[in-house]
Amino acid sequence: MSEVKKFLYVNRKAPYGTIYAQESLEVVLIGAAFDQDVSLAFLDDGVFQLTKGQDTKEIGLKNFSATYRALGDYEVTKLYVEKESLTERGLTLDDLQNIEYEDEDDDYAEKPSIRLVSRAEMADVMADQDVVLSF
Amino acid sequence: MKFGIVVSEGPYQHQASDSAYNFVKAALAKGHEVSRVFFYHDGVNVGTRLSIPPQDDRQIQEQWTKLGKEHDLDLVICIAAAQRRGLLDENEAKRQGKNADNIAEGFRISGLGQLIEMGIQADRTITFGD
Repeated sequence: MSEVKKFLYVNRKAPYGTIYAQESLEVVLIGAAFDQDVSLAFLDDGVFQLTKGQDTKEIGLKNFSATYRALGDYEVTKLYVEKESLTERGLTLDDLQNIEYEDEDDDYAEKPSIRLVSRAEMADVMADQDVVLSF
Repeated sequence: MKFGIVVSEGPYQHQASDSAYNFVKAALAKGHEVSRVFFYHDGVNVGTRLSIPPQDDRQIQEQWTKLGKEHDLDLVICIAAAQRRGLLDENEAKRQGKNADNIAEGFRISGLGQLIEMGIQADRTITFGD
């Protein structure tokens, strides 16, 4: 399997009300072993997955939000976040975790993984993919 | 065309597995290939042989088993999702010390790598979900 395809994982749901976000992350982490060109998209309530200060103690669910910060270690470095989805929910980039990756092509400089895109740009991102898996 | 299919919602609760079934049937009838059907999230529940739907309703698991047998389909249930939801094959039941298994004929349990591999090998990956 030498062929490299562009995989996009689309995250549309809030992190803890349903299992979609958690099981999406599981696919992303397993998929990283396949050396494909991976991107993640966050839109609709999916933008809540990246918010900082998540605390799940009172609801008895595992807080997996730190995993997003580890994605860079799996060479998952493109996290597209839809601007309109943030705005509609009263969120800004400042409400999201600081997620970075080390760019091996640039002396391992730390660069932001989150790329803020408009709804129209998100459509272009999606159109550019080979495989889109929606969660 | 070679299709890979993802079913990501549970049977009866959601129409996803019905739509996937109808799509796969139609695609095969048109001479296309379906390389794999991958059941994820609550979609794994399609693969239990212990469901007993009312007789006048469609028999979702039996439909898949029959279609799988006719066309030698690779019906894969995600192991991580299955374990959470109580879906076990004989080996897994033994390994986990459980006294029963419930995987229906024609389905097999395997890892998430099968989903990625399907995406790489298929011409089109289609998700039936919410």
